[in-house]
Amino acid sequence: MIWHYLIRRLFLLSFVFFALTCFAFSLGHLFPGDPLVNFSGISQPDDELMPVLVQQYRLDDGYLQQYIAFLQRILQGDWGLSLASQQPVLHELKLVFPATLELVAYALLISFVLGVPLGLLAAIKANHWSGRAISTIALLGYSLPIFWWALLMIMLFSIGLGWFPTSGRISVLYEIPAVTGFMLPDILLSGQTYWQAALQDAIRHLWLPAFVLATYPTTVMIRFTRDAMLNVWQQSYIKTARAKGLSRSQVLYRHGLRNAMLPVMRQLGLQFSTLVTLAMISELIFSWPGIGLWLLDSINQRNYPAIQGGLLVISSLVILVNILMDVLHTLFNPLARKQANG
Amino acid sequence: MPKPLIKGSLATALLVTLLAACQPDMPAEVRSGLVYCSEGSPESFNPQLVTSGTTIDATSRQLFDRLLDINAQNGEFKPALATHWERREDGLSYTFFLRPNVQFHHTDYFTPTRPLTSEDVRFSFERVMHSQHPFHNVSGGEYPYFQTVDWANRVVRIATPTDDQVVFYLRQRDSSFLSNLATDFAVIHSAEYAEQLLQQNQRQRLDSQPIGTGPFKFREYRKDVFIRYYRHNNYWGEPSQLEQLVFDIEPNNAKRMARLLTHECDIIAYPRMAELELISKRADVKVQQQTSMNVGFWAFNTSRAPFDNSKVRRALSMAINRDAILQAVYFDQAEAATSLLPPTSWGHNPTLLPVQYDPGQARTLLAEAGYPYGFNMTIWAMPIQRLYNPNATRMAEMMQADLARIGVRASIVTLEWNAFRRQLRQGDHDTVLLGWNADNTDPDNFFRPLLSCNGVESGTNRALWCDPAFDALLAQALLTDDQAIRRSYYWAAQQYLTEHLPLLPLAHAKRFQAVNQRVEGVGINPYGGIDLSTAFIRSDEDTP
Repeated sequence: MIWHYLIRRLFLLSFVFFALTCFAFSLGHLFPGDPLVNFSGISQPDDELMPVLVQQYRLDDGYLQQYIAFLQRILQGDWGLSLASQQPVLHELKLVFPATLELVAYALLISFVLGVPLGLLAAIKANHWSGRAISTIALLGYSLPIFWWALLMIMLFSIGLGWFPTSGRISVLYEIPAVTGFMLPDILLSGQTYWQAALQDAIRHLWLPAFVLATYPTTVMIRFTRDAMLNVWQQSYIKTARAKGLSRSQVLYRHGLRNAMLPVMRQLGLQFSTLVTLAMISELIFSWPGIGLWLLDSINQRNYPAIQGGLLVISSLVILVNILMDVLHTLFNPLARKQANG
Repeated sequence: MPKPLIKGSLATALLVTLLAACQPDMPAEVRSGLVYCSEGSPESFNPQLVTSGTTIDATSRQLFDRLLDINAQNGEFKPALATHWERREDGLSYTFFLRPNVQFHHTDYFTPTRPLTSEDVRFSFERVMHSQHPFHNVSGGEYPYFQTVDWANRVVRIATPTDDQVVFYLRQRDSSFLSNLATDFAVIHSAEYAEQLLQQNQRQRLDSQPIGTGPFKFREYRKDVFIRYYRHNNYWGEPSQLEQLVFDIEPNNAKRMARLLTHECDIIAYPRMAELELISKRADVKVQQQTSMNVGFWAFNTSRAPFDNSKVRRALSMAINRDAILQAVYFDQAEAATSLLPPTSWGHNPTLLPVQYDPGQARTLLAEAGYPYGFNMTIWAMPIQRLYNPNATRMAEMMQADLARIGVRASIVTLEWNAFRRQLRQGDHDTVLLGWNADNTDPDNFFRPLLSCNGVESGTNRALWCDPAFDALLAQALLTDDQAIRRSYYWAAQQYLTEHLPLLPLAHAKRFQAVNQRVEGVGINPYGGIDLSTAFIRSDEDTP
């Protein structure tokens, strides 16, 4: 049954997480410096605290006990302190991680809204000039280095035309307390009298980085929608549907699109790690205070507890999304479902 | 069917763009706020604990007050928290009379119940000088400025005869005492807040959630992102016209410049000199300039061979083509330094000549010192741009090429600023490119932090140079108030440095900042941190 498949995925997931935590744990020992400092993030533990921490982290015992103690701390939410700010790493992650998710989510939204229809058009008009133009642009967008593209957009829209700001999630003069960590809901929750202006300002800030980040997934979406659609269009069930007398658009939506979207969805899962990498670059260029910028700063500052925590969160996200997409793909695809059971 | 769909989505996208592109009417809280784009995160919110200009710019003049200030125009003292002060005949005690009814910040983490008293002054300085004080060891227990001026040994006792009088008793006459009190480091904290933190066992908050009497009060801070201050409405002086002051932290020069052009920043710190001419042509930006009391230098780690040999130091100094550096790094917006003291200081010795650029002579000197084939060394280049050194990495690269010509193989080390300072403290460097910005008008402020034995301990003497003869000159200069006599000692001290070269003074730079045309009233203070409380934003031509 489908349950077997899900359980198998769950096993895979737990194995990957095991490997991941092993890696994160070993970083504490592999980084230069005292493992105690690397794990706890307390830059100068005093004489009273030192034995307590050694005891708590079981640093005098074997690696296995240390690893178990590490896992317990991770699960309990004790991720150590950031060496740079002496704030809990988990607290900082709660501030920066939603910012990244927000950026990625809006970029994906843009890529769906633009990519799917354009891909469809390119497939339907495959031999028309408009279809070719879309394919060419998609290929071009796919090959653009994002840092160059981002700077170009800043030059044009921010410095040249003055339409959009170049940095941050919102003008720093708006004070929006982080409740959820997501900017738009936080503005609505802030209860500030200027929430409307703040919302507009946040959207102005969002537009450019989201658009730049959306470039890559949009082109992926266009290419795969087009290819999948062309492929589906050749299938005999489409011809059958047409022969039954369904209109072109009915066939397109009921039989074509759903089947064509399956490989697109799968691709999206596979490309997610690339997307996260690109998001980190965009964050750096647009000074978007997300996890990528935070992680890069941490690397610069040799902030080992933060690097450890950041890696754990980002890799977990990528793995989760990959597996989720795989599961969704299977659920929607009768063929894959059958294979999964067989 | 697909076609309208596509058109629809394109139209939506266009609509959103246009909507977003319209400048919304800004609410008052935002319109009367100023964004200062700074070059780095502060290390602390307590100026007593630091010497770095980034931290001083962000904290000292905005959050705190001192007993007295320096008038930027004529360099004389002017009253601040003390309305006036008296010095006893023998110069061994100073009595300060405090301004009545000075209010501390009222924030969501502290509600003051009383105005400033002598108790607050005593608390602020005793924390620094008594190692058994409950707050002394909070945040590391290092007070670099006070350590370099040997505060704990020079001040015997602080007495508070009444609520509005403080008396400082000194061990010996100290003509730099008032200057030290007027520096950005000598800020006054709230003893009442400290008491509250002590009871809550949260002592370290004194340095991360500051309470002062200054024109702005602390609101929130996100490391590497921003600092938010609000106006202190009960400020004793002229209240600021700015409702909000935000420090937007951006270490990247080009990005700070871009934000100035898009009006995201009202003021940017340290604009790149190469771009000054370009931006001064724009109608919406103005460039402000002032000669400043600073020096950029190249310090040799004199505790290590071969840099303990003054011949080697001289040889390296002679190998450096300084004119090329002035042009490429300072864009000729700086003067070549002949001494540690800038020419604007009253202690400057005008008879000194700069070290000659002479690679041939340098090679001879190296051979005499026993290194005919040169050696390997490191040049540590500070990772942030300061006025006195706008681009240390570029400078280090040029020096690397110059040194290669005399057979010295230099490699460049650069790290993130806090890590950089940490490792410098440990003396891991061979040579380092750094500089100094004066905190007050007193020449002592250059010599003692940078080159005295005390400076080695407190970590401001990066040459790790400790010479009793030189220290004796500095000590003698402090025993008198007669400026002519003091000057003669400082001239001798500069002569001594020129002979021994523990560090090579490179340049005295002019200070620049790029400011949005709408911003008025920003004064550049030649003696230390920026003061943004007098700034305001003109709203008349605010039509985008």
